[in-house]
Amino acid sequence: MPGLEGRRPGPPTTPRDPGAQDRFLPMATRLHLRPDRVAPFPPTQASARVTTSHHTLADKAAEAAARATPDGVVVRVRALSDRAIAWLFIAPTIVLLLAINIFPLFWAIYLSFTNFRANRPNAEVKNVGLGNYSRVLNDPDIWASMQTTAHFVFWTILLQTVIGFALAYLIDRKFRGHAFWTTLILIPMMLSPAVVGNFWRFLYEPQIGLFAYAVSFLTGIPTSEIQMLGSVNLAPWAIIIVDTWMWTPYVMLICLAGLRSIPDYIYEAAEVDRASNWRQFWSITVPMALPFIMLAVLFRGIENFKMFDMVNLLTGGGPGSTTEVASITLKRDAFEAWATGRSSAFAIVLFVAVFGLANIYVKALNRVKQR
Amino acid sequence: MSPAKTTTVNTAHSVVEPSARSKRIAGTLVIVYALVTMLPLAWIFLTSIKSPPDSISYPPKILFTPSIEGYCNLFTTRTRQTPEYIASLPAPDGVCDAVTRQRNMVIAGPSNFLPRFTNSLIIAFGSTFLAVGLGTLAAYGFSRFKVPMADDLLFFILSTRMMPPIAVAIPIYLMYRQLGLSDTALGMMLLYTAVNVSLAVWLLKGFIDEIPREYEEAAMIDGYSRLQAFRKVVLPQATTGIAATAIFCLIFAWNEYAFASLLTSGSAQTAPPFIPTIIGEGGQDWPAVAAGTTIFLVPILVFTILLRKQLLRGITFGAVRK
Repeated sequence: MPGLEGRRPGPPTTPRDPGAQDRFLPMATRLHLRPDRVAPFPPTQASARVTTSHHTLADKAAEAAARATPDGVVVRVRALSDRAIAWLFIAPTIVLLLAINIFPLFWAIYLSFTNFRANRPNAEVKNVGLGNYSRVLNDPDIWASMQTTAHFVFWTILLQTVIGFALAYLIDRKFRGHAFWTTLILIPMMLSPAVVGNFWRFLYEPQIGLFAYAVSFLTGIPTSEIQMLGSVNLAPWAIIIVDTWMWTPYVMLICLAGLRSIPDYIYEAAEVDRASNWRQFWSITVPMALPFIMLAVLFRGIENFKMFDMVNLLTGGGPGSTTEVASITLKRDAFEAWATGRSSAFAIVLFVAVFGLANIYVKALNRVKQR
Repeated sequence: MSPAKTTTVNTAHSVVEPSARSKRIAGTLVIVYALVTMLPLAWIFLTSIKSPPDSISYPPKILFTPSIEGYCNLFTTRTRQTPEYIASLPAPDGVCDAVTRQRNMVIAGPSNFLPRFTNSLIIAFGSTFLAVGLGTLAAYGFSRFKVPMADDLLFFILSTRMMPPIAVAIPIYLMYRQLGLSDTALGMMLLYTAVNVSLAVWLLKGFIDEIPREYEEAAMIDGYSRLQAFRKVVLPQATTGIAATAIFCLIFAWNEYAFASLLTSGSAQTAPPFIPTIIGEGGQDWPAVAAGTTIFLVPILVFTILLRKQLLRGITFGAVRK
């Protein structure tokens, strides 16, 4: 037990005789539970100096105590005390989550059946049954925002997976200085999507922005025509580009772990069988890294389904409602139109959707892992 | 793979070691990607040390005289004055005063940036402390004891993080209004603690699972109680994990925008919702925004580099370790 030597007072256990240790452990656990009766070694400086003679003495005492104590009692006492500690440790977290997450969730469920409006707290609250849900599910604007979200999620995940996997594959060539460049590549994903997204507005400016300048430099299109945020056609791609810039490193990092988990001997065997590089890539690399790729897709999918901050600052859902993803619609309903009841229903629908999709996906993921 | 290599297959690694040429190509491509991806960040910094006219020039200026104006504007509010009035003032007090006067303006007072930045610090550190404290206890509980329905509870803890923040914000907004917690640092701290505790429990459970139980059992044999063993054996062993988890929580709370923008407006507002609102005369004051962004990002840059070995674990909730 390295790292523990010297810190642990009392006599050492004998690692050369594992059987003795096995016999010793349950007794010692009993010992610890009945300190008043068998007086174990107190964890003091004095006991640290005690030698083997004390050890055997205590051993005998322990054995005697163990014989004297009915097994049922020991089990019950130990279970009680450990369980008490377990609950003592876990309860605060659960209570906090119940108060800040679950209670509000139930409140939202309750509100979703009413016509409550947060800006009129004193108005009479009426139960409208499933009215809010049927309005949400039949609202063409909400379906449009779901489509926008789906478009955003699909393209960001596709781009991030392709670029991220390619990058991971290249980094796995272990060229000189790869650790340094990997760290550099990882930086964007740790930054605040809101603060950095906000700055992208400046990069996207048609006349003065760096992005427009770079694109026009490469393609010859005049900068005044590169209106990323103002154009109905380009705005959805503007947010996809920023999200891909930010989160490709995330997918890359997980894919890299996947590639590094593939043992060398498989490639060696393939090499002996004279499998081509192309064949090795599709028959070994991709299938073995697949669970990792899917994990990355799962996390990115959930995160992008909830996407709010970056889009809110870059386009605010505009121009018109071309980039209005679900969270932006929800925010407009809840905090601008103050239709609290209806937006609660929408929130619940969204939550069920994320949760359901994630569950299906996790099942698929487990199946891939088992293969 | 060159033929020379395949003939000398006697060491285990020679077959799978990429050829020098493929390494060179891979290296070049990765470095190009890294440089392109760094451009926006470099531009943030460059803009922060440009004067406002330089920042909006066409074509974008790469060579320019550095100016401190962006940082001055970030920390101050200014009013426009007549040149005669400015000429009548005593000599400028400090660099910022001089820079401001060149634009025919005088400093009217401090801006809101510093209080907002302080709010970010207080809320991020407070919530991290709470989340890691609660998370360590819960993670130890889940790691070492048979908790009934442990898997369900752990999944419940994780699922609270799957909810869209706006969906949670609606009832939280109402609840905080009732409790008088809206726009208070305490309210934001509790909220971020609740969001972060799920990450903390999952990550720390992984770290504590890696500490052999035998350590505590040996300590308990020697007379430590369960709590003493936790405090004197497990906690010191888990220091790295706790530090990494704390940094992840800190970064989340530091970066968070959705809750902050909806639930705070004044006294408890953090930096992320504030920075986009920095405006000068006739629109966004980009050098000042860039200056605020730079100051805001530097701590995270440092933390990311410190944390690079643990990043993978942190971003996957401990699902992928190495």
